[in-house]
Amino acid sequence: MTDFWSTNQGRALSLLLVVAVLMGLWEAFVRLGDIKPFLLPAPSTVIEAIAQKPMWYMHHAYHTLIETFLGFAVAVICGVLIAVGIVYSRILEQSLYTFLVTMNAVPKIAIAPLFVIWLGTELEPKVAVAALVAIFPIVIDTVHGLRAVDPTMLDLGRSMRGSPLKILWKIRGPYALPSVFAGLKVGISLAFIGAIVGEFISAQAGLGYVVVSSQASFDTPQMFAAIVILALLSLLLFNLIELAEHLLLPWHASRRRQQRRAGGH
Amino acid sequence: MTALRARHAIPLRSAAAADAAPLISARGVGKVFRERRGGGQVVALDGIDLDIRDGEFVSILGPSGCGKSTLLQCIGGLLPVTHGFLSLEGKEITEPPLDAGFVFQQDLLLDWRSVLGNVLLPAEFQGYRLADWEGRAHELLATLGLQGAEGRYPWELSGGMRQRVAICRGLLLDPKLLLMDEPFGALDAITRDELNLELERIWERTSKTVLLITHSIAEAIFLSDRVLVMDKNPGRIAEVVDIDLPRPRSLDIRETPAFTAYQRRLRSIFEALGIMRRSAP
Repeated sequence: MTDFWSTNQGRALSLLLVVAVLMGLWEAFVRLGDIKPFLLPAPSTVIEAIAQKPMWYMHHAYHTLIETFLGFAVAVICGVLIAVGIVYSRILEQSLYTFLVTMNAVPKIAIAPLFVIWLGTELEPKVAVAALVAIFPIVIDTVHGLRAVDPTMLDLGRSMRGSPLKILWKIRGPYALPSVFAGLKVGISLAFIGAIVGEFISAQAGLGYVVVSSQASFDTPQMFAAIVILALLSLLLFNLIELAEHLLLPWHASRRRQQRRAGGH
Repeated sequence: MTALRARHAIPLRSAAAADAAPLISARGVGKVFRERRGGGQVVALDGIDLDIRDGEFVSILGPSGCGKSTLLQCIGGLLPVTHGFLSLEGKEITEPPLDAGFVFQQDLLLDWRSVLGNVLLPAEFQGYRLADWEGRAHELLATLGLQGAEGRYPWELSGGMRQRVAICRGLLLDPKLLLMDEPFGALDAITRDELNLELERIWERTSKTVLLITHSIAEAIFLSDRVLVMDKNPGRIAEVVDIDLPRPRSLDIRETPAFTAYQRRLRSIFEALGIMRRSAP
């Protein structure tokens, strides 16, 4: 039996405790200080706002999530393909890589309005912004992972008469996966932010739209409700990627240490 | 095995013919690397003449940077030669031959595959049906004392066990030729002795041709029929020493006068080449 607070349940419980205490302080501060809800709504008011029309929030959350997933999917597919191209081709490395680094210097949030002009006010511009902000870390980390493979490992593949594609698929790719996942974790969070920014600029649906329109009507409890849901969703997305990593990379070194710790004592 | 041989279409020859024609033949082989910057050249190998008979155990001994690994990679088809002619069974080596198994200095096991999955990798790369090879993989693992470890993962194994798995992988397709690049260099002395013995046993039983690169004079003498001593700048074969010790060999042989005489002889060759400093009188 290890120390309870270092186990998973223990960590979840301690986190819950911290959140509960903070919420209690916040509630007390608003009630005792008699603060107007449009300045700072109490947690109970926020929960009430969500409870009043849960389906309405669900509908907007659904929009934001779809945009995030589509943008992320585009970023993953294009990002991994670009990374493979950069690693395998000198010309692509010199042209595309430099271009990407330059592109990354442009604040993508600032070019989001451009996408509205190009792609309209529907789903497409949000997906585009999400993909654009998410792709950079995915490319960088995938390139890094593919390059980090021991060259003698590639010799092993060649000694078994493997084609470059087979070596990529069976040796180099799996080797790079931990790095790729590092990029995916950053990428999913950025895609989510990208989708929200897209909604800020012009939208009829989505939680980003809810935040902006609540501001217009001074409906602060609704704004807080949207922000709370956004935070929870962001957490959920990140953990989904972590779960996928956990399932796909049981051999990864950081996991091994955990297993040893859990099984060792 | 018959399926493999038929696929590769190796002509069957009489034992007499095999004696006549060497398995590996090198004539004036050279390898020059172009430096990336400055356009300079590095001569890694120069004028290598070499014949290795079928079934022979040959070691290459030499200082670091003498090109012994380069020579092995050329024979293994991983590096093209720049001068001369290098052939396996009379055919010029232009790509890794199907009939060569590799064991590298690092075990190079894939962490995400079980021991069995790692051993089966060469069959998978050839697109063979894995079910046909599982029996042989189990057999090889048992030969090297790894029965029962099939389902374990590389990171659960010791360095010696990992290198044993790598040897099984190199032997899976029953290659005629086993190319070993300092396979025991990273192991502790006791594990190294153990693996030397096991390799000797495997060689006795399977009559494979083995080309082993090593730093260790004792290891080279213990395992080999012939030891090639290489010199550096440029990499060339300086001397060939036939090891005429009875087989099968046990570790005790290392204390016999004949063995120590070979050690002295090889040491004096290194001294003459200026690689090893002469010991004080």
